[in-house]
Amino acid sequence: MSYRFLVNGDPVEVEVPGMRRLLDVLREDLALTGTKEGCGEGECGACSVLLDGAVVDSCLVPICQVDGTSVRTVEGLGSAGQLNDLQAAFLQTGGAQCGICTPGMLMAAEAFLAAGGGTDDEAIRAAIAGNLCRCTGYTKIVQAIALAAEQRRSAGHDSI
Amino acid sequence: MPVEPPVVSPRTLAEAYALLAADAYRPVAGGTDLLVQITGELGDPPDRVLNIWHLDELRGIRMEASALVFGALTTYAEMRRSPLVAEFLPAFAEAAGTIGAAQIQNRGTIGGNAVNASPAGDMLPLLLVCDAQLVLGSARGERWVAAREFWPAYRRTALASNELLLRISIPLVIDRHVRFRKVGTRRAQAISKVVMALAWRAGVGATSWRDVHLALGSVAATPIRAPRTEAVLEGAPPDEATADQAASTLASELNPIDDVRSSADYRRAVAARVLHRLLREAGGW
Repeated sequence: MSYRFLVNGDPVEVEVPGMRRLLDVLREDLALTGTKEGCGEGECGACSVLLDGAVVDSCLVPICQVDGTSVRTVEGLGSAGQLNDLQAAFLQTGGAQCGICTPGMLMAAEAFLAAGGGTDDEAIRAAIAGNLCRCTGYTKIVQAIALAAEQRRSAGHDSI
Repeated sequence: MPVEPPVVSPRTLAEAYALLAADAYRPVAGGTDLLVQITGELGDPPDRVLNIWHLDELRGIRMEASALVFGALTTYAEMRRSPLVAEFLPAFAEAAGTIGAAQIQNRGTIGGNAVNASPAGDMLPLLLVCDAQLVLGSARGERWVAAREFWPAYRRTALASNELLLRISIPLVIDRHVRFRKVGTRRAQAISKVVMALAWRAGVGATSWRDVHLALGSVAATPIRAPRTEAVLEGAPPDEATADQAASTLASELNPIDDVRSSADYRRAVAARVLHRLLREAGGW
Protein backbone atom coordinates (compact mmCIF):
# COMPACT_ATOMS: atom_id res chain seq x y z
CA MET A 1 0.00 0.00 0.00
CA SER A 2 1.00 3.55 -0.55
CA TYR A 3 0.53 6.18 2.15
CA ARG A 4 0.68 9.94 1.73
CA PHE A 5 1.18 12.49 4.46
CA LEU A 6 3.18 15.58 5.37
CA VAL A 7 6.50 15.47 7.19
CA ASN A 8 7.63 18.82 8.50
CA GLY A 9 5.41 20.46 5.93
CA ASP A 10 6.66 18.50 2.92
CA PRO A 11 4.42 15.95 1.20
CA VAL A 12 5.79 12.41 1.20
CA GLU A 13 4.54 9.14 -0.22
CA VAL A 14 5.78 5.77 1.00
CA GLU A 15 5.07 2.29 -0.32
CA VAL A 16 5.36 0.15 2.83
CA PRO A 17 3.38 -2.43 4.83
CA GLY A 18 0.51 -0.72 6.65
CA MET A 19 1.53 -1.99 10.08
CA ARG A 20 5.06 -0.57 9.77
CA ARG A 21 5.68 1.74 12.71
CA LEU A 22 5.81 5.46 11.97
CA LEU A 23 9.17 5.37 13.77
CA ASP A 24 10.59 2.92 11.22
CA VAL A 25 9.15 4.81 8.27
CA LEU A 26 10.77 8.01 9.50
CA ARG A 27 14.14 6.47 10.24
CA GLU A 28 14.46 3.70 7.63
CA ASP A 29 12.29 4.79 4.71
CA LEU A 30 12.66 8.57 4.95
CA ALA A 31 16.17 8.67 6.52
CA LEU A 32 15.03 11.11 9.21
CA THR A 33 17.13 9.71 12.04
CA GLY A 34 16.59 12.58 14.45
CA THR A 35 13.74 10.59 16.00
CA LYS A 36 15.25 7.93 18.30
CA GLU A 37 14.06 4.50 19.35
CA GLY A 38 14.36 3.86 23.06
CA CYS A 39 12.16 1.12 24.49
CA GLY A 40 9.95 0.44 21.47
CA GLU A 41 6.91 -0.04 23.69
CA GLY A 42 5.60 3.38 24.64
CA GLU A 43 7.35 3.70 27.98
CA CYS A 44 10.21 6.11 27.33
CA GLY A 45 9.02 8.74 24.84
CA ALA A 46 12.34 8.90 22.95
CA CYS A 47 10.47 8.45 19.65
CA SER A 48 7.94 11.23 20.34
CA VAL A 49 6.75 13.17 17.31
CA LEU A 50 3.75 15.41 16.67
CA LEU A 51 0.86 13.87 14.75
CA ASP A 52 -1.55 16.61 13.67
CA GLY A 53 -0.08 18.62 16.53
CA ALA A 54 -0.56 15.98 19.24
CA VAL A 55 2.49 14.35 20.80
CA VAL A 56 2.58 10.59 20.22
CA ASP A 57 5.06 7.74 20.54
CA SER A 58 5.96 6.97 16.92
CA CYS A 59 6.81 3.38 17.91
CA LEU A 60 3.10 2.80 18.64
CA VAL A 61 1.62 4.33 15.50
CA PRO A 62 1.12 2.11 12.43
CA ILE A 63 1.71 3.98 9.19
CA CYS A 64 -1.78 3.09 7.93
CA GLN A 65 -3.10 5.54 10.53
CA VAL A 66 -0.75 8.31 9.43
CA ASP A 67 -2.19 8.51 5.91
CA GLY A 68 -3.51 12.03 5.32
CA THR A 69 -2.03 13.52 8.49
CA SER A 70 0.74 15.99 9.23
CA VAL A 71 3.82 14.75 11.10
CA ARG A 72 6.37 17.00 12.76
CA THR A 73 9.72 15.65 13.89
CA VAL A 74 12.73 17.20 15.57
CA GLU A 75 14.12 17.97 12.10
CA GLY A 76 11.15 20.33 11.66
CA LEU A 77 11.84 22.46 14.74
CA GLY A 78 14.70 24.58 13.49
CA SER A 79 16.24 24.90 10.06
CA ALA A 80 19.69 23.96 8.80
CA GLY A 81 22.24 25.60 11.08
CA GLN A 82 19.51 27.43 12.99
CA LEU A 83 18.06 26.09 16.25
CA ASN A 84 14.57 27.15 17.23
CA ASP A 85 14.00 28.94 20.52
CA LEU A 86 13.22 25.73 22.44
CA GLN A 87 16.34 23.96 21.18
CA ALA A 88 18.42 27.03 22.01
CA ALA A 89 16.96 27.04 25.53
CA PHE A 90 17.99 23.38 26.01
CA LEU A 91 21.50 24.34 24.92
CA GLN A 92 21.58 27.38 27.18
CA THR A 93 20.44 25.59 30.36
CA GLY A 94 22.34 22.36 29.72
CA GLY A 95 19.14 20.41 29.20
CA ALA A 96 20.87 17.64 27.24
CA GLN A 97 23.62 15.22 28.12
CA CYS A 98 23.77 11.94 26.19
CA GLY A 99 21.08 13.22 23.84
CA ILE A 100 19.01 10.12 23.24
CA CYS A 101 15.93 11.52 24.99
CA THR A 102 16.40 15.03 23.61
CA PRO A 103 14.44 14.84 20.32
CA GLY A 104 11.46 13.31 22.16
CA MET A 105 11.74 15.80 25.02
CA LEU A 106 11.77 18.63 22.51
CA MET A 107 8.66 17.37 20.75
CA ALA A 108 6.74 16.83 24.01
CA ALA A 109 7.81 20.30 25.13
CA GLU A 110 6.87 21.81 21.76
CA ALA A 111 3.36 20.33 22.09
CA PHE A 112 3.14 21.77 25.60
CA LEU A 113 4.22 25.25 24.50
CA ALA A 114 2.01 25.21 21.40
CA ALA A 115 -0.97 24.46 23.66
CA GLY A 116 -0.17 27.62 25.63
CA GLY A 117 1.92 25.98 28.36
CA GLY A 118 3.69 28.37 30.69
CA THR A 119 6.46 28.32 33.27
CA ASP A 120 4.69 26.35 36.00
CA ASP A 121 7.00 23.60 37.22
CA GLU A 122 4.26 21.01 37.87
CA ALA A 123 2.66 21.59 34.49
CA ILE A 124 5.99 21.22 32.68
CA ARG A 125 6.78 18.03 34.57
CA ALA A 126 3.35 16.62 33.71
CA ALA A 127 3.90 17.52 30.05
CA ILE A 128 7.15 15.52 29.90
CA ALA A 129 6.00 12.72 32.22
CA GLY A 130 6.00 10.38 29.22
CA ASN A 131 9.67 11.07 28.42
CA LEU A 132 12.42 9.38 30.37
CA CYS A 133 15.87 10.92 30.80
CA ARG A 134 18.52 8.93 32.62
CA CYS A 135 21.22 11.64 32.62
CA THR A 136 19.98 15.05 33.66
CA GLY A 137 17.66 14.44 36.58
CA TYR A 138 15.18 16.57 34.59
CA THR A 139 15.92 19.84 36.43
CA LYS A 140 17.71 21.49 33.54
CA ILE A 141 15.20 20.18 31.03
CA VAL A 142 12.38 21.74 33.04
CA GLN A 143 14.39 24.98 33.22
CA ALA A 144 14.87 24.93 29.45
CA ILE A 145 11.15 24.54 28.79
CA ALA A 146 10.31 27.29 31.30
CA LEU A 147 12.86 29.57 29.64
CA ALA A 148 11.37 28.97 26.20
CA ALA A 149 7.87 29.52 27.61
CA GLU A 150 8.97 32.81 29.14
CA GLN A 151 10.61 33.93 25.90
CA ARG A 152 7.55 33.06 23.81
CA ARG A 153 5.33 34.87 26.27
CA SER A 154 7.35 38.08 26.17
CA ALA A 155 7.74 37.81 22.39
CA GLY A 156 3.96 37.52 22.22
CA HIS A 157 3.59 40.62 24.34
CA ASP A 158 6.07 42.58 22.25
CA SER A 159 4.15 41.96 19.10
CA ILE A 160 0.91 43.35 20.52
CA MET B 1 12.00 -4.58 13.48
CA PRO B 2 8.60 -5.73 14.76
CA VAL B 3 6.28 -7.99 12.85
CA GLU B 4 4.21 -6.26 10.17
CA PRO B 5 1.06 -8.34 9.64
CA PRO B 6 -1.25 -7.42 6.75
CA VAL B 7 -3.76 -4.71 7.62
CA VAL B 8 -7.01 -3.53 6.08
CA SER B 9 -8.35 -0.02 6.68
CA PRO B 10 -12.12 0.13 6.11
CA ARG B 11 -13.65 3.59 5.80
CA THR B 12 -17.15 2.66 6.98
CA LEU B 13 -18.60 0.40 9.62
CA ALA B 14 -20.47 -1.58 6.95
CA GLU B 15 -17.16 -2.31 5.22
CA ALA B 16 -15.63 -3.39 8.53
CA TYR B 17 -18.55 -5.72 9.25
CA ALA B 18 -18.23 -7.33 5.82
CA LEU B 19 -14.53 -7.99 6.39
CA LEU B 20 -15.18 -9.45 9.85
CA ALA B 21 -17.90 -11.71 8.52
CA ALA B 22 -15.42 -13.31 6.12
CA ASP B 23 -12.22 -13.57 8.19
CA ALA B 24 -10.80 -13.24 11.69
CA TYR B 25 -9.00 -9.94 12.33
CA ARG B 26 -7.39 -8.30 15.32
CA PRO B 27 -8.72 -4.74 15.47
CA VAL B 28 -6.30 -1.89 16.08
CA ALA B 29 -7.53 1.44 17.47
CA GLY B 30 -4.89 3.74 18.97
CA GLY B 31 -2.31 0.95 18.92
CA THR B 32 -0.94 1.53 22.42
CA ASP B 33 -1.51 -2.11 23.36
CA LEU B 34 -1.42 -3.87 19.99
CA LEU B 35 1.84 -2.34 18.75
CA VAL B 36 3.50 -3.65 21.90
CA GLN B 37 1.91 -7.07 21.51
CA ILE B 38 3.07 -7.61 17.93
CA THR B 39 6.76 -7.13 18.51
CA GLY B 40 7.10 -10.89 18.13
CA GLU B 41 8.39 -11.16 21.71
CA LEU B 42 4.96 -11.79 23.24
CA GLY B 43 3.70 -14.81 21.34
CA ASP B 44 2.38 -15.10 17.83
CA PRO B 45 1.26 -11.91 16.12
CA PRO B 46 -2.22 -11.82 14.57
CA ASP B 47 -2.58 -13.07 10.99
CA ARG B 48 -4.55 -10.00 9.96
CA VAL B 49 -5.21 -6.62 11.49
CA LEU B 50 -8.30 -4.46 11.03
CA ASN B 51 -7.51 -0.76 11.30
CA ILE B 52 -10.67 0.77 12.80
CA TRP B 53 -9.07 4.19 13.45
CA HIS B 54 -10.89 5.81 10.53
CA LEU B 55 -14.40 4.65 11.48
CA ASP B 56 -16.01 7.95 12.43
CA GLU B 57 -19.12 6.06 13.59
CA LEU B 58 -17.07 5.04 16.63
CA ARG B 59 -16.05 8.56 17.66
CA GLY B 60 -17.52 11.21 19.89
CA ILE B 61 -18.87 11.74 23.39
CA ARG B 62 -22.55 12.58 23.60
CA MET B 63 -25.65 12.57 25.80
CA GLU B 64 -28.34 10.08 24.89
CA ALA B 65 -31.47 10.21 27.04
CA SER B 66 -30.07 9.78 30.56
CA ALA B 67 -26.72 8.27 29.59
CA LEU B 68 -23.33 9.62 28.62
CA VAL B 69 -22.10 7.66 25.62
CA PHE B 70 -18.46 7.26 24.64
CA GLY B 71 -17.63 6.17 21.11
CA ALA B 72 -15.22 3.25 21.34
CA LEU B 73 -12.49 5.39 19.72
CA THR B 74 -12.74 8.13 22.35
CA THR B 75 -9.19 8.84 23.46
CA TYR B 76 -8.15 9.60 27.02
CA ALA B 77 -7.14 13.09 25.88
CA GLU B 78 -10.65 13.67 24.50
CA MET B 79 -12.13 12.44 27.75
CA ARG B 80 -9.97 14.86 29.74
CA ARG B 81 -11.01 17.80 27.53
CA SER B 82 -14.73 17.02 27.33
CA PRO B 83 -17.07 19.49 29.08
CA LEU B 84 -19.72 16.72 29.24
CA VAL B 85 -17.35 14.41 31.10
CA ALA B 86 -16.27 17.23 33.42
CA GLU B 87 -19.88 17.93 34.28
CA PHE B 88 -21.37 14.44 34.52
CA LEU B 89 -18.54 11.94 35.07
CA PRO B 90 -15.52 13.84 36.36
CA ALA B 91 -14.04 10.61 37.76
CA PHE B 92 -13.61 9.43 34.15
CA ALA B 93 -11.53 12.49 33.30
CA GLU B 94 -9.51 11.98 36.45
CA ALA B 95 -8.87 8.34 35.57
CA ALA B 96 -7.93 9.22 31.98
CA GLY B 97 -5.32 11.61 33.35
CA THR B 98 -3.58 8.78 35.21
CA ILE B 99 -3.10 6.60 32.14
CA GLY B 100 0.38 6.73 30.61
CA ALA B 101 1.22 10.33 29.83
CA ALA B 102 0.41 12.73 26.98
CA GLN B 103 1.68 10.37 24.27
CA ILE B 104 -0.53 7.49 25.43
CA GLN B 105 -3.51 9.69 26.26
CA ASN B 106 -3.48 11.10 22.72
CA ARG B 107 -3.79 7.60 21.24
CA GLY B 108 -5.23 5.16 23.78
CA THR B 109 -9.00 4.69 23.69
CA ILE B 110 -11.70 3.67 26.15
CA GLY B 111 -12.82 0.96 23.71
CA GLY B 112 -9.29 -0.39 23.44
CA ASN B 113 -9.00 -0.48 27.21
CA ALA B 114 -12.18 -2.57 27.41
CA VAL B 115 -11.35 -4.93 24.55
CA ASN B 116 -7.71 -5.44 25.52
CA ALA B 117 -9.24 -6.87 28.72
CA SER B 118 -6.17 -6.49 30.88
CA PRO B 119 -6.97 -7.07 34.56
CA ALA B 120 -5.02 -3.85 35.09
CA GLY B 121 -7.13 -1.81 32.62
CA ASP B 122 -7.54 1.48 34.45
CA MET B 123 -10.98 2.48 33.14
CA LEU B 124 -12.56 -0.89 33.77
CA PRO B 125 -13.43 -0.58 37.50
CA LEU B 126 -15.23 2.68 36.62
CA LEU B 127 -17.24 0.86 33.94
CA LEU B 128 -18.21 -1.75 36.55
CA VAL B 129 -19.31 0.64 39.29
CA CYS B 130 -21.26 2.82 36.85
CA ASP B 131 -23.17 -0.15 35.40
CA ALA B 132 -21.84 0.61 31.93
CA GLN B 133 -23.39 -1.03 28.90
CA LEU B 134 -21.07 -2.03 26.07
CA VAL B 135 -22.69 -1.86 22.66
CA LEU B 136 -21.36 -4.50 20.25
CA GLY B 137 -22.07 -4.52 16.54
CA SER B 138 -21.81 -6.90 13.63
CA ALA B 139 -23.41 -7.30 10.22
CA ARG B 140 -26.36 -8.86 12.07
CA GLY B 141 -27.05 -5.82 14.22
CA GLU B 142 -26.24 -4.48 17.66
CA ARG B 143 -26.41 -6.03 21.10
CA TRP B 144 -25.83 -4.60 24.56
CA VAL B 145 -23.69 -6.33 27.16
CA ALA B 146 -23.40 -5.14 30.75
CA ALA B 147 -19.87 -4.42 31.96
CA ARG B 148 -20.41 -7.11 34.60
CA GLU B 149 -20.73 -9.71 31.82
CA PHE B 150 -18.05 -8.36 29.51
CA TRP B 151 -14.88 -9.90 31.02
CA PRO B 152 -15.72 -13.56 31.73
CA ALA B 153 -12.13 -14.73 32.27
CA TYR B 154 -8.51 -13.62 32.11
CA ARG B 155 -8.00 -11.53 28.97
CA ARG B 156 -11.33 -12.70 27.54
CA THR B 157 -14.30 -10.60 26.49
CA ALA B 158 -17.89 -11.22 25.47
CA LEU B 159 -17.09 -10.07 21.90
CA ALA B 160 -17.60 -12.60 19.13
CA SER B 161 -14.92 -12.69 16.43
CA ASN B 162 -17.22 -10.96 13.94
CA GLU B 163 -18.15 -8.15 16.33
CA LEU B 164 -16.71 -4.74 17.13
CA LEU B 165 -17.18 -2.69 20.27
CA LEU B 166 -19.02 0.41 19.03
CA ARG B 167 -19.65 2.52 22.12
CA ILE B 168 -19.94 2.46 25.88
CA SER B 169 -23.03 3.88 27.51
CA ILE B 170 -22.89 5.10 31.10
CA PRO B 171 -26.30 5.58 32.69
CA LEU B 172 -26.42 8.82 34.68
CA VAL B 173 -27.96 8.44 38.11
CA ILE B 174 -29.23 11.29 40.28
CA ASP B 175 -27.13 11.94 43.40
CA ARG B 176 -24.57 9.30 42.42
CA HIS B 177 -21.01 9.98 43.48
CA VAL B 178 -18.07 8.26 41.82
CA ARG B 179 -14.48 8.13 43.02
CA PHE B 180 -11.36 6.72 41.38
CA ARG B 181 -7.94 5.85 42.79
CA LYS B 182 -4.93 4.26 41.16
CA VAL B 183 -1.78 3.07 42.88
CA GLY B 184 1.28 2.60 40.69
CA THR B 185 5.02 2.92 40.96
CA ARG B 186 4.89 6.53 39.83
CA ARG B 187 2.22 9.01 38.88
CA ALA B 188 2.68 8.68 35.10
CA GLN B 189 3.49 5.76 32.82
CA ALA B 190 2.63 3.19 35.48
CA ILE B 191 0.64 -0.01 35.18
CA SER B 192 -1.55 -0.25 38.27
CA LYS B 193 -0.66 -2.29 41.33
CA VAL B 194 -4.22 -1.63 42.48
CA VAL B 195 -6.90 0.45 40.79
CA MET B 196 -10.24 1.14 42.47
CA ALA B 197 -13.56 2.78 41.73
CA LEU B 198 -16.33 3.44 44.23
CA ALA B 199 -19.85 4.66 43.50
CA TRP B 200 -22.72 5.38 45.85
CA ARG B 201 -25.84 7.51 46.08
CA ALA B 202 -26.29 10.21 48.63
CA GLY B 203 -28.57 13.20 48.71
CA VAL B 204 -28.30 16.13 51.10
CA GLY B 205 -28.19 14.96 54.71
CA ALA B 206 -27.72 11.27 53.85
CA THR B 207 -27.23 9.15 56.95
CA SER B 208 -26.20 5.85 55.38
CA TRP B 209 -24.33 4.34 52.44
CA ARG B 210 -26.74 3.59 49.64
CA ASP B 211 -26.37 1.75 46.28
CA VAL B 212 -22.69 1.12 46.94
CA HIS B 213 -20.68 -0.27 44.04
CA LEU B 214 -17.01 -1.08 44.58
CA ALA B 215 -14.74 -2.44 41.84
CA LEU B 216 -11.04 -3.11 41.54
CA GLY B 217 -8.42 -3.92 38.95
CA SER B 218 -5.01 -5.61 39.19
CA VAL B 219 -6.17 -7.83 42.06
CA ALA B 220 -7.73 -10.74 40.13
CA ALA B 221 -7.74 -12.34 36.68
CA THR B 222 -10.37 -9.83 35.55
CA PRO B 223 -11.60 -6.48 36.84
CA ILE B 224 -13.98 -7.37 39.69
CA ARG B 225 -16.67 -6.05 41.98
CA ALA B 226 -16.23 -6.64 45.72
CA PRO B 227 -19.72 -7.77 46.81
CA ARG B 228 -18.89 -8.69 50.42
CA THR B 229 -17.44 -5.27 51.06
CA GLU B 230 -20.37 -3.62 49.28
CA ALA B 231 -22.74 -5.54 51.61
CA VAL B 232 -20.88 -4.24 54.67
CA LEU B 233 -21.32 -0.67 53.46
CA GLU B 234 -24.89 -0.89 52.20
CA GLY B 235 -27.21 0.79 54.69
CA ALA B 236 -24.43 1.39 57.23
CA PRO B 237 -23.69 4.87 58.62
CA PRO B 238 -20.81 6.75 56.91
CA ASP B 239 -18.60 6.70 60.01
CA GLU B 240 -15.20 5.40 61.06
CA ALA B 241 -16.45 2.08 62.44
CA THR B 242 -18.06 1.27 59.08
CA ALA B 243 -14.91 2.25 57.22
CA ASP B 244 -12.79 0.02 59.48
CA GLN B 245 -15.08 -2.92 58.90
CA ALA B 246 -15.30 -2.34 55.14
CA ALA B 247 -11.51 -2.08 54.82
CA SER B 248 -10.87 -5.28 56.74
CA THR B 249 -13.59 -7.08 54.79
CA LEU B 250 -11.99 -5.96 51.54
CA ALA B 251 -8.57 -7.22 52.65
CA SER B 252 -10.03 -10.65 53.31
CA GLU B 253 -12.27 -10.63 50.23
CA LEU B 254 -9.44 -10.02 47.75
CA ASN B 255 -7.22 -12.80 46.53
CA PRO B 256 -4.52 -11.08 44.45
CA ILE B 257 -1.27 -12.60 43.20
CA ASP B 258 2.43 -11.82 43.48
CA ASP B 259 3.83 -10.61 40.17
CA VAL B 260 6.51 -8.30 38.78
CA ARG B 261 4.55 -5.18 39.68
CA SER B 262 3.61 -5.95 43.27
CA SER B 263 2.96 -8.60 45.89
CA ALA B 264 -0.33 -10.09 47.03
CA ASP B 265 0.20 -8.78 50.56
CA TYR B 266 0.89 -5.25 49.38
CA ARG B 267 -2.13 -5.25 47.08
CA ARG B 268 -4.44 -6.41 49.86
CA ALA B 269 -3.07 -3.88 52.33
CA VAL B 270 -3.07 -0.94 49.94
CA ALA B 271 -6.57 -1.73 48.61
CA ALA B 272 -7.90 -1.71 52.19
CA ARG B 273 -6.08 1.54 52.94
CA VAL B 274 -7.23 3.26 49.76
CA LEU B 275 -10.84 2.26 50.42
CA HIS B 276 -10.61 3.47 54.01
CA ARG B 277 -9.34 6.83 52.83
CA LEU B 278 -12.08 7.16 50.20
CA LEU B 279 -14.73 6.37 52.81
CA ARG B 280 -13.26 8.88 55.22
CA GLU B 281 -13.18 11.62 52.59
CA ALA B 282 -16.73 10.83 51.50
CA GLY B 283 -17.98 10.51 55.08
CA GLY B 284 -16.41 13.83 56.02
CA TRP B 285 -14.94 12.72 59.35
